[in-house]
Amino acid sequence: MPAIEVSGLRKAYGNLEAVRGVDFSIEEGEVFGVLGPNGAGKTTTVEILEGYRKRDAGEVRVLGHDPARPGHDFRERIGVVLQQSELWPNVTVREAHAIFAGYYRAPRDVDEVVALVGLEEKASARVKSLSGGQKRRLDLGIALVGDPDLVFLDEPTTGFDPQARRAAWEMIRSLRSLGKTVLLTTHYLDEAEQLADRVAVMRAGRIVRVGTPAELTSIEQQTEIRYRQNGEEVLVRTDEPTRTLAELTSAAVARGEELEGLQVRQPSLEEVYLALTAEEDETAEIEA
Amino acid sequence: MSAEVVRIAARRPTRRLFVHQLRAEQLVFWRSREAAFFIFLFPLLLFVLLGSVYSGKFERVPVVWAVLAGLISYGCANTAFAGLAIQLVLRRESGILKRLRSTPLPPATYVAALLASTLVVFGLQTVGLFLLGRALYGTPFPSDVGSFVATIVIGAAVFAALGTATASVIRSAEGASAVVNFILLPMAFLSGAFGPTKGYPAVLRAIGDILPLTYLVKLVDAVYLHGQGVWTQPEALLILLGWGLAGLVFTIFKFRWEPQAR
Repeated sequence: MPAIEVSGLRKAYGNLEAVRGVDFSIEEGEVFGVLGPNGAGKTTTVEILEGYRKRDAGEVRVLGHDPARPGHDFRERIGVVLQQSELWPNVTVREAHAIFAGYYRAPRDVDEVVALVGLEEKASARVKSLSGGQKRRLDLGIALVGDPDLVFLDEPTTGFDPQARRAAWEMIRSLRSLGKTVLLTTHYLDEAEQLADRVAVMRAGRIVRVGTPAELTSIEQQTEIRYRQNGEEVLVRTDEPTRTLAELTSAAVARGEELEGLQVRQPSLEEVYLALTAEEDETAEIEA
Repeated sequence: MSAEVVRIAARRPTRRLFVHQLRAEQLVFWRSREAAFFIFLFPLLLFVLLGSVYSGKFERVPVVWAVLAGLISYGCANTAFAGLAIQLVLRRESGILKRLRSTPLPPATYVAALLASTLVVFGLQTVGLFLLGRALYGTPFPSDVGSFVATIVIGAAVFAALGTATASVIRSAEGASAVVNFILLPMAFLSGAFGPTKGYPAVLRAIGDILPLTYLVKLVDAVYLHGQGVWTQPEALLILLGWGLAGLVFTIFKFRWEPQAR
């Protein structure tokens, strides 16, 4: 049985359709990334699955439960890292873990979790003294302390410096080795590529592509040919660059013209992603 | 041994969670110096100050007794109304409440533990006021302890309901303290918690007559200063409970767990 099954999911806020018919499923033990720009509907989707928001339409099963009616058993089995949240500033890292551990029937050992997220040296430090990256690790620690089967990570590294991101990635990889199912949202392509078994690219409330990172970057890899003709920039995208180029150049030679500024190039991964997510982005700024 | 512990815990999860959260709330409260000072210590300091400047008699009892009674009422509003409202807004806006909602801790258990924790703080504060009064000014302990405890528990419940209602309308953490004190301090003066309102202009006394704290002050005065039972003041009791009910209903419809100011 898949850990998460979503079909036809829709959610609007007033006139804004944040999610407009989303389908995907996540297998147990899979790390699934939802990739998209701000306002694509990622957080709305995840918060529906976490039980925070009611959907307008569609079928959703999370660990066999309907998250619109989140019961005790559902809460026992999920761990949540919200996009933005803080904890009581004056308790220590260890105390914060212990408080959250107390909410669960069979929590993990508190010191073990503090060590897992790399905060042993900060175990007695107050929450308010932590750096941004350390606070995010604390968020992950309290999400794991209940020993959940499914972990939601909503933009876990936004605002991190490169070193802190690497450390967070290591930690998220360690979740896979613990056998957890992970649903991760991000607006960083490289993060999805590094961490996720499969990625759904979301734009304007819809999923525009789903696949492994390799599949995603191998599709739509059309070659671009650029040149200037009569002072105008010309762009040709083609799946058959050799033939297209031969046709263009032989035609130009026959006319006795020069293709000025001729360039042949492969778009980068970043460009493929931008092309997927940038078109008619009318629901931007919903999440903010 | 540990299997036994787990089974007992599983049988009574709500009680276990309540005790766990009550301890957590106490830890969080006393760790915060601002909370411990402004909510717990401030009424005690005010009592020491006011107790030393007033002398003579008020309604046939030494005026310092009346000061003590007034500050118990003020302490109730300060702890259960102002303190609770500010803490709730801060927690809501920082995302703590939202975060807690995704755990197996039931919202009702959370609220119950938070109210119990507030009552513990206010109870300790009241004991502190009596001990200070005894040591510094020779004030007596309440003669009818049952009525006195009933009075302050009712008072704390009513002001906690008003505190949660107020937290529901405050939209940002920055404004919480200002809004709450803008309500609390005038209310304390107009209700007679800081001294008799007999000399006030009629319009101020009329405002005072609708404030809930006025009726808590009346109840505490009757029970503590005059040794009467809490049931001898049905009017004050009813008005107070009416305010509490209004606060509760407002809270049920308007309270939000998620940050508002975004």
